[in-house]
Amino acid sequence: MRTKYSWLAVLSAVVLATTACSQAETPSPSGSDPDAALAKGGKILVWSWEPTLKKVVTAFEAKYPNVDVELVNAGTGGKQYTALQNAITANSGAPDVAHVEYYALPQFALAKSLADLTPFGAGKLDGTFTPGPWNGVRQGSAIFGLPMDSGPMALFYNDEVFKKHNVKVPTTWDEYLDAARKLHTADPNVYITNDTGDAGFTTSMIWQAGGRPYKADGTNVSIDFSDAGTKKFVETWQKLIDEKLLAPIPSWSDGWNKGLGEGTIATLTIGAWMPANLESGAKAGAGKWRVTDMPQWTTGGKVSAENGGSSLAVMDKSANKALAYAFVRYATTGEGATSRAAEGAFPATLADLNSPAFVDKEFTYFGGQKVNQVLAQAAKNVATGWSYLPFQVYANDKFNDTVGKAYVSPTRLADGLAAWQAECKTYGTAQGFTVK
Amino acid sequence: MTRMVPTIGARKRRATAARQHLGSPRRSNRRSWVGLGFVAPFLSVFALVFVAPIAYSGYLSLYRTRLIGGTTFVGVQNYADVFGDTHFWSALARVALFLLVQVPIMLVLALAVALAVDSGRLYGAGVFRLSIFLPYAVPAVVAVLMWGFLYGPQFGLVAGLNRTYGWSIPNPLGPDLVLASIGNVVTWSYVGYNMLIFFSALRVVPLALYEAAAVDGASPWRVIWHVKLPAIRGSLVIATIFSIIGSFQLFNEPAILRPLAMNAITTDYTPNLYAYFLSFSGQQYNYAATVAIVMGAFTMVIAYLVQLRGMRGMGDR
Repeated sequence: MRTKYSWLAVLSAVVLATTACSQAETPSPSGSDPDAALAKGGKILVWSWEPTLKKVVTAFEAKYPNVDVELVNAGTGGKQYTALQNAITANSGAPDVAHVEYYALPQFALAKSLADLTPFGAGKLDGTFTPGPWNGVRQGSAIFGLPMDSGPMALFYNDEVFKKHNVKVPTTWDEYLDAARKLHTADPNVYITNDTGDAGFTTSMIWQAGGRPYKADGTNVSIDFSDAGTKKFVETWQKLIDEKLLAPIPSWSDGWNKGLGEGTIATLTIGAWMPANLESGAKAGAGKWRVTDMPQWTTGGKVSAENGGSSLAVMDKSANKALAYAFVRYATTGEGATSRAAEGAFPATLADLNSPAFVDKEFTYFGGQKVNQVLAQAAKNVATGWSYLPFQVYANDKFNDTVGKAYVSPTRLADGLAAWQAECKTYGTAQGFTVK
Repeated sequence: MTRMVPTIGARKRRATAARQHLGSPRRSNRRSWVGLGFVAPFLSVFALVFVAPIAYSGYLSLYRTRLIGGTTFVGVQNYADVFGDTHFWSALARVALFLLVQVPIMLVLALAVALAVDSGRLYGAGVFRLSIFLPYAVPAVVAVLMWGFLYGPQFGLVAGLNRTYGWSIPNPLGPDLVLASIGNVVTWSYVGYNMLIFFSALRVVPLALYEAAAVDGASPWRVIWHVKLPAIRGSLVIATIFSIIGSFQLFNEPAILRPLAMNAITTDYTPNLYAYFLSFSGQQYNYAATVAIVMGAFTMVIAYLVQLRGMRGMGDR
């Protein structure tokens, strides 16, 4: 009997000890002055898959020797959000700073996982960033992250393929459809582009076409994929699907890089962060690719949309939010932003977007073209008034269950979107939103 | 059979004798504490890794956490929702179909191979046995990725065959065929494993039975039917139960193939995949726990029924 009780005593001692430890680690209220935090120093953990941050961290640590920044790649996109969500739920292991794309920001902000950065002086940065990304990180008067990069869309095309088959590079979506037919007829191995159903691409296309399917105001959400803009996109894309003009190759796969390199995928309508990815992924395409404005829905139009792009956000549970903010501010503005732009990231800061060093850079991969001139112009042409759902991460996971059917079965794109809308409505309602 | 496996009646008699031997109730009480000491290491680990997670899931399943409104106690509402959830039922129907088609194919193949190896007529039986078993030694992730490349309709083996010979093999990763493709991977991986279970059971069949059959002039087929199959019936039932559990828990293969076939393998493709996406994509931990518990109960009931049916009459013969 004695033994049994001593066991219990040991067990409770262990339990008490662990609780005591974790209590000691809970954040003590710290000041909201990032400069004071920098002087005081400390250690922060940053989760990001952005390769250009490595140099920034080194430079930051050299400038502020008291600060120790640990940069961890916890996965790309959805994978990192899953890990982040788990860490938040488990209340342990979460970073101080996380890489969060604009589409995912509302979801984490709503769950109060991200800190409002206005107490640290983020409001003073108004006018530093391009309007699209700056709108992407703000909700009402709160600011939940600082824009790290942006992804205004442009048309990347393999000039050699167009020249070889004597096809004109499209400037409107009608011409695009026409070019798709001509290229595929001339060589059945050549497709105008690849698409196996991608939520980010589809929503960006609807954005450019003028559709505004999502409206979110606090807990009131509306989803409607039947507006005129959405219809324009659906009509054209349905034709491309029906006539089998889209290569059934998933983006970011090995086959995708191969197709981009060898010229069987002739164009990509994608965010301005693409050049570095083309250079590293599709080496065989060097010298052949060019960039021009996104095809338009009306002749002579000048409309673009954002595709991807991400911010750095400070976690609400961080023990040293002021220091975390100081790092975010460094990495997204001033020296940090300039260093990252030089490394190939597409900046969200107006200063870097307008700097001659950035705009006049010649890209050998693009045959010496000053690619950033096109992309910087695209950034200024991004249509306003778009918003994502406060549960867009979940919604995007459901995209292939519903809209994806249109790519592999007789289901129509419009019906797929309607099914997606219904799924999102069910989820939103179950989560306590008022969904219309 | 009677001589090899003591009947339940015989075991009971022995147990009663042992109890009588113990003497006074007080002493027997003390002895039971000692026994507990022996099983305590197992029980504590069992409680930690088995009972505690189930209990926690059970606790979770009674609540509901929402993005707006926080956590509330909902009683059995989650269970009621599962029973009306078309996503869940379609996933369950899919794995049930998988079970009805893939498991018989796999077990018949495994049995055939085990009988062939055991027949002694095979040249290089050892090599044969090893090579059939080898796929089981390949980690599931590697195996699925490898098959994923073979299936690839653009750059894989299927694409190569189509291009070289002008064939038009339908896309193995398309919505119509992907379940069969997964079945093929699972069969490839597990035939060797099941073969080994059957083969080891065949090895312990007493020679006397074969001798008796030979004296009676039984043909090899008769020996299989009347000696070998009855002798390994227990193993057959065990292998069937394992396969049923495996089918209901189908997760690895569809999860790893999903990036190659996003439109065919939906987030509710199998019950486990559904529970995974509910918790990690939708943060519906409570509902995911409910799905897991319902699925666990369902699997237990089916496995138990199969065991009852499979073992029926084995005690009295």
